[in-house]
Amino acid sequence: MTTVANSVGQKKGFGATLWDWLTTVDHKKIGILYLIGGGFFFVLGGIEAMLIRLQLLVPNNDFVSAGFYNELITMHGTTMIFLAAMPLLFGFMNAIVPLQIGARDVAFPFINSLGFWMFFFGGLFLNLSWFLDAAPDAGWTSYASLSIASTGHGIDFYAIGLQIAGAGTLMAGINFLVTIINMRAPGMTYMRMPLFTWTTFVASALILFAFPPLTIGIFFLTFDRMFGGNFFDHTMGGNTIIWEHIFWIFGHPEVYILILPAFGIFSEIFSVFARKRLFGYSAMVFATVLIGFLGFMVWAHHMFTVGLGPTANAIFAVATMAIAVPTGVKIFNWLLTIWGGNITMTTPMLYALGFIPSFVMGGVTGVQQGAAPLDYQLHDSYFIVAHFHYVIVGGVVLAILAATHYWWPKMFGTMLSEKLGKITFWFFFIGFHMTFFLQHFLGLMGMPRRVWTYMDGQGWNLFNLISTIGAVLMAIGTIVLLINIIVTTAKNVRVGNDPWEDGRTLEWAIPSPPPFYNFAQTPLVRGLDTYWIEKQEGHNGYTAAEPVTDIHMPNGSIIPFFMTLGIFIAGFGAMYRVDHSWGLPVLVFGLAFTFLTMAIRSVKDDLGFYVTKDQIRRMERGRD
Amino acid sequence: MAHDIEIVEKTPAEYDYKKRRSDRLMRSQLMMFALMIFMTLISFAAVQAGFSAYFVVPVVLLLAAVQVGLQLYYFMHMSEKGHGLVAFFMYGGVLVAFLTVLTFVTIIWW
Repeated sequence: MTTVANSVGQKKGFGATLWDWLTTVDHKKIGILYLIGGGFFFVLGGIEAMLIRLQLLVPNNDFVSAGFYNELITMHGTTMIFLAAMPLLFGFMNAIVPLQIGARDVAFPFINSLGFWMFFFGGLFLNLSWFLDAAPDAGWTSYASLSIASTGHGIDFYAIGLQIAGAGTLMAGINFLVTIINMRAPGMTYMRMPLFTWTTFVASALILFAFPPLTIGIFFLTFDRMFGGNFFDHTMGGNTIIWEHIFWIFGHPEVYILILPAFGIFSEIFSVFARKRLFGYSAMVFATVLIGFLGFMVWAHHMFTVGLGPTANAIFAVATMAIAVPTGVKIFNWLLTIWGGNITMTTPMLYALGFIPSFVMGGVTGVQQGAAPLDYQLHDSYFIVAHFHYVIVGGVVLAILAATHYWWPKMFGTMLSEKLGKITFWFFFIGFHMTFFLQHFLGLMGMPRRVWTYMDGQGWNLFNLISTIGAVLMAIGTIVLLINIIVTTAKNVRVGNDPWEDGRTLEWAIPSPPPFYNFAQTPLVRGLDTYWIEKQEGHNGYTAAEPVTDIHMPNGSIIPFFMTLGIFIAGFGAMYRVDHSWGLPVLVFGLAFTFLTMAIRSVKDDLGFYVTKDQIRRMERGRD
Repeated sequence: MAHDIEIVEKTPAEYDYKKRRSDRLMRSQLMMFALMIFMTLISFAAVQAGFSAYFVVPVVLLLAAVQVGLQLYYFMHMSEKGHGLVAFFMYGGVLVAFLTVLTFVTIIWW
């Protein structure tokens, strides 16, 4: 019962607070942890991007060395995809999805915490490479011939770090699937789920099917580099192309894992700030599921120039272009949602409106690359760099920034400054187009991607200069956002349940931030846009599906932290086993430590605790 | 904390229906069990008879696929209510895995 006592707003010391966050299994707190972790890595990846752009500012620059430049591009890509974009999206999924479906927590709170710590320690492991040895330098795709030839421990950090972080992602994905299937409130049928919940569901299914190939590929790489395997070594009967296939069988669904939740975030924002029901809801759901399926049938379009043969290239080219159809359905549905709506130009809405043209541009260049013959011209040029930054920054990052403003009041109970938010948007949006639009033309002029520097007199100087200025504008936008967060937190002006005043989904029916048990009574869902229906009928709050009863809640646990710590230690053992005798014992110790924590978890019964009716009534009264 | 145990008496009609239903299930399970053993015998026989590998391998794989289906539907009750989502995910996974294997077989290894 200590948890209940503590949560009724008494001041805690630093140690107690730290312990609370290390042991938490509350989905809202884990969401915040994901935001902090992902935000930290986002800034780190951003600094790497700034160094890359500074190096390319002028021709024949020697701001960084060629080897360091390779490390920078590798770590920028890896950090931004695995350690920034995905965890930030997980942060919002964790914080919001259980609220949207009327649940009190995710299905497996313990695994939720474990997933976060796996991500965090995996990312830490990867980034310690900067200090302990050299960082990985074979690109974020880490193609096998290059990555096996790479000297030092850089690629080992990549392989083991991503293995740990990837396991955490897989856990999070399975957790969301089970939560959405089993923990929806009464009346919340599949076709009444908000679009963010739907896209989380489909993205989680993609994680379920896409991450095992990554796990296997990285295991092969680990064995090839550290344990004498020959999976990718053609001189020993291996095949280096297999890595490319395995990586992209994971890698292509991965980009949909990123973009689908972004689509969900924008779907929510459009209907809230246009004050209209989402146009073509069922078509949107169908398009989401279809994109999920097609995502697994197109991976070889990353490999058109490998020499798969005309038949394979043709099949994958057609499949790739087919994805434009469901995506187009979505774009038109968003446009028709805004059409005739009562639009309020809030910061999230600005991001959403900026997203549509930006993402369409990225989509159009995507279809161009899907045409295999044209791809032979575009492959490995800056055109590719421009394309994937248009979809990932123009889609995913704009969605993350939009969601930060949109759900900040729900997660923290304060409202980010709209004025500073709009300043962030304009700096970021203009900077983004300045940086990446001209890179299309740099690619068409023949500038290859991943080059350390370039010669003078090829007509690339001006565009590269403008590109770097754009990157600085994006950095300014991000700094303004950080200032916004600090100022807002310092001012601490509390807001009510529905600060945007037009909230449609269940999360806006409860206090901001919600109490740790979310819903005093399980809500009854009577249609799509549950809270909107209640407001139309003049209700304040939601209709309950049950009387006030005792609520069963999970206990916090420090075990996930230690379980991950063991794997983290084992990772160092596996890596240094090659050149130090202490490596093997450390590997064994780390794994044994993890198994010990697993055994403790299995043997020790932890049945959680009950919040009694009286306590709930007292807390609900205290709020009014 | 609802720990009350609810006891519902079955009506004679309900009892009869349940009994007939489980009889029917039992019969189909026994039939399928016999069929599966028969298919296993065919597989062993095909290998023993010394036919060409290009005949035996596809036949054994096909029989194996049929057995997996029978196992799922007759012994793990996948045809019953409430298994729709499970089936959807399983077929989704099978489709993805099949495409992967097909691609590897056609453009990497041959």
